[in-house]
Amino acid sequence: MDEDFKVIDNYLMIRMPDEIDHHKSIYISKMADKFIINEQVGNVVFDFERTVFMDSSGIGIIVGRYKKISIFGGKVFAINADRQIKRILQLSGLHKMVEIME
Amino acid sequence: MIEIVSVKRDTQVKNEMRLEFKAISENEAFARTAVAAFVTQLNPTLEEISDIKTAVSEAVTNAIIHGYEGMENYDNRVWLSCFIKNDVLDVEVRDSGVGIENIEKAMQPLFTTKPQLDRSGMGFSFMEAFMDDLEVISEPGHGTSVHMVKKLGTASWIEEE
Repeated sequence: MDEDFKVIDNYLMIRMPDEIDHHKSIYISKMADKFIINEQVGNVVFDFERTVFMDSSGIGIIVGRYKKISIFGGKVFAINADRQIKRILQLSGLHKMVEIME
Repeated sequence: MIEIVSVKRDTQVKNEMRLEFKAISENEAFARTAVAAFVTQLNPTLEEISDIKTAVSEAVTNAIIHGYEGMENYDNRVWLSCFIKNDVLDVEVRDSGVGIENIEKAMQPLFTTKPQLDRSGMGFSFMEAFMDDLEVISEPGHGTSVHMVKKLGTASWIEEE
């Protein structure tokens, strides 16, 4: 699972799992914070390429990381999000704090 | 314990299923997958399946982390019931946990009692958005019952509109 977290320059790339729920979110948040603190990365990129399911726990992961890095001017990106994930991001108003890239 | 009995001996019920499982986070995926599998007989669209899975996941997660808050050392259970009437799915997620003091407040978007756990406070909003009807019955100390209804097969004419 550790290989799903990679630091490239000032970006933490997180390959999200196939299903994101409360059960999985605890580990993702914990790992992400470890990288943000230890490697001092400024920005976080969530890659949803593999993801076929996400509930509001995914929103919690993103908002939590956004709060940690935005104080230092960092940005959050979402890539490879399918229609359903985009819908969930939009429904939660997250498209204002997350840059959704195609 | 709260129980919705009105839907029980309903002659219109074409199919029904009930599950009881341990209130642990491993079962969140199990619960939503079970409902998704049960609902395939209504030929749902991928989007409808996704909506139902999200709503069930929210309700079951709430039962596990909020319903049984402070009761983690007990053998807690979540009950899930599904009914199919014509092309309507009826889902009930019930726990016998601490209950909700202020349901209206709990249902407000972004309200959460657990911001430290990265909970977004969007659970009930998602259930409302992805299902057609949502009813929450709860009493402090007497558990919570979340009742959701979704009519299937409406996607085609909504898109046409």
